[in-house]
Amino acid sequence: MTSSQDVTPARPTPAEGSRRQLGWLRLAWLVGRREITVQLRSRAFIVSAVILLVVVAAAIVVPSLLGGDDDQASGDPVKVALDPQVSPPAALSDPALFELTTADSADQAVQLVRDQTVDAALVASPNDPGGLGLVALEEAPAALTAALQPPVALLDQSPFGQMPVGYIMSLVFGLLFMMVAMVFGQTIAVNTVVEKQTRVVEILLAAVPDRALLGGKVLGNSILALGETLLVGLVALACLQATGQNQVLDLLVAPIAWYVVFFVIGFVFLASLYAGLASLVSRMEDVGNAVTPVTMLIMAPYMVVLIFNENQDVMNVLSYIPIMSTVAMPVRQILGQGQWWEALVSLVILTAATLGAVLLGARIYSRSILHTGKGLKLVDALRNRV
Amino acid sequence: MLAVTGLTRSFGSRRAIDDVSFTVPSGQVTGFIGGNGAGKTTTMRIILGVLVPDRGEVVFQGRPVAREQSRDFGYMPEERGLYPKMKLAEQIAYLATLHGLSRAAAAARARQLLTGLGLGARLDDTVEKLSLGNQQRAQVAAALAGDPSVLVLDEPFSGLDPMAIDTVAAILRDYVSRGAPLLFSSHQLDLVERICDRVVIIAAGKIRATGSRDELLRLHASNRWEIDGVAPDWLAAQPQADQVETVEEPGQAGQGGRRLRFSVAAADPAAAEQSAQAVLRAALDVGAVRLFAPWRPSLVEVFREVIVDETPQEVSA
Repeated sequence: MTSSQDVTPARPTPAEGSRRQLGWLRLAWLVGRREITVQLRSRAFIVSAVILLVVVAAAIVVPSLLGGDDDQASGDPVKVALDPQVSPPAALSDPALFELTTADSADQAVQLVRDQTVDAALVASPNDPGGLGLVALEEAPAALTAALQPPVALLDQSPFGQMPVGYIMSLVFGLLFMMVAMVFGQTIAVNTVVEKQTRVVEILLAAVPDRALLGGKVLGNSILALGETLLVGLVALACLQATGQNQVLDLLVAPIAWYVVFFVIGFVFLASLYAGLASLVSRMEDVGNAVTPVTMLIMAPYMVVLIFNENQDVMNVLSYIPIMSTVAMPVRQILGQGQWWEALVSLVILTAATLGAVLLGARIYSRSILHTGKGLKLVDALRNRV
Repeated sequence: MLAVTGLTRSFGSRRAIDDVSFTVPSGQVTGFIGGNGAGKTTTMRIILGVLVPDRGEVVFQGRPVAREQSRDFGYMPEERGLYPKMKLAEQIAYLATLHGLSRAAAAARARQLLTGLGLGARLDDTVEKLSLGNQQRAQVAAALAGDPSVLVLDEPFSGLDPMAIDTVAAILRDYVSRGAPLLFSSHQLDLVERICDRVVIIAAGKIRATGSRDELLRLHASNRWEIDGVAPDWLAAQPQADQVETVEEPGQAGQGGRRLRFSVAAADPAAAEQSAQAVLRAALDVGAVRLFAPWRPSLVEVFREVIVDETPQEVSA
């Protein structure tokens, strides 16, 4: 402790040889890996993810178990409308099984099917004199086909039947987007403020450039969000396969794939803004307010697409607007409205917008992350340097 | 050696630091003292590269510190912080990996550091479960995690009990003895006086004094002596003694003893010594002298003197 000369020969510290100078991508990965590890160890996170998967599986499996042969199960006779040119077949003579009505014309018999007044109609086959044709809405009643084995014509060819597909898929994709983006976006926001509030960020920034810190957070949480989305998609597809809904399955594979791609890029967009906006405040109780703009942005696709899913023109426009497109484009694909190149163009627009959002988020973040005390105004953060 | 030259930084219209220059020699402990808001934290943040100065630069081993190089610095921020819900050893190891250590080396380093700081039994506890004193030790481990070549610690001893202060001081000393410069700020001036080789005093954003501790203390002694055994009036009447003052000592009131401090006007130390001895001889003629010694101010006293004095002083080091 005595005073000595200024120059003391600097001896190397022991770990000098083992230390490497890390590039910022490597540093971002280290930061991201921590985010992932911490999240995967959180019981709340695992439980909520499992609940989401169970809900998705149940939503697919339960209706298919309940649905199907509802008429026959009730024990009521199958209602059949007869073309006046067709004489009642002997095979349908048991009134306990079949309730026959003779219509005024073949067209009226078909109309009765459409109105769901009857379960099926038996009409004279135009190609085969004396032959019979069976007309049903979505599915020919099993008792009828067993008794007659007629050629069957279904009025509704869509594998989804009478379901409002656009509405349901808007709801499904919209909800999934909102839930997953919000869970991981909030995680980023909360972690950002925890680091600020505990000042751990100062220690981190002494080791890591701010862009690596921000990049790592976005990277880690994007990987988790992608993982959860992929799991949901796989569970949905597996459940459809398991319940034998193969036609629906075939139609959904491509849109789900598009959704995943749109989601990942859209999430990076949102995550950058979450981190940027959260960095404006230093107290946990202010996080909610700070990230309100991006929270609204997350709810927008769900709300807007749900409202406009039947309006083809609006959907067309929405499917090119970044973030909206994450939900709107896959829904259009399911409805058979969008070409693959349209999805590609929309994806390019989204990617460009995401680049902008990342730069904006990084700018806000690097200017406000060390600012403590009263929250910063967004404009001040954008205008002033740290 | 770490050196800062001409650091200036304003926040809005307020100039936080103004032309701050000083050196932190390798292998020495440099104490950085100043009142609240004097500019210590701003200076330290700039050294760390966390904050950009308006003017001036930070030089380490003769070269300006680039943003990348400051990664090699260990930092302890003014307000404590680690991830509250992360396990202690894991957290220190994480910080070590950010400084470029491999995962295995980082884990080993975390264990070794924490054990050395007396936290060997708490490796798998989350930080929020630790007592404040232990969190403080963990903070020291965080600063040392990356095996830094420069240590910059903002108030490393605040909140520590005397035993913990000794532990931490010993670890820091050991670290410094291997050749790293250490700059630390503190309000505990007795502590700074005890463990620092050098002192930098800052007030209102300007450096008031820098130099080795002993030089600084000697300079501020300015030919003063203390004596016990004579009356103040008698001492004031001596031709050699100026500026007689009574030394207030807590707990000494009414015990008969009364220490007086006086200065002697002299051209050089030898002449001052002669004058002081003349006072002593005169004092022995009038009664018993229980104490007579050249006065050495404490750092607290130097600090008080320096920060009221407007002109910065450079002490030879």
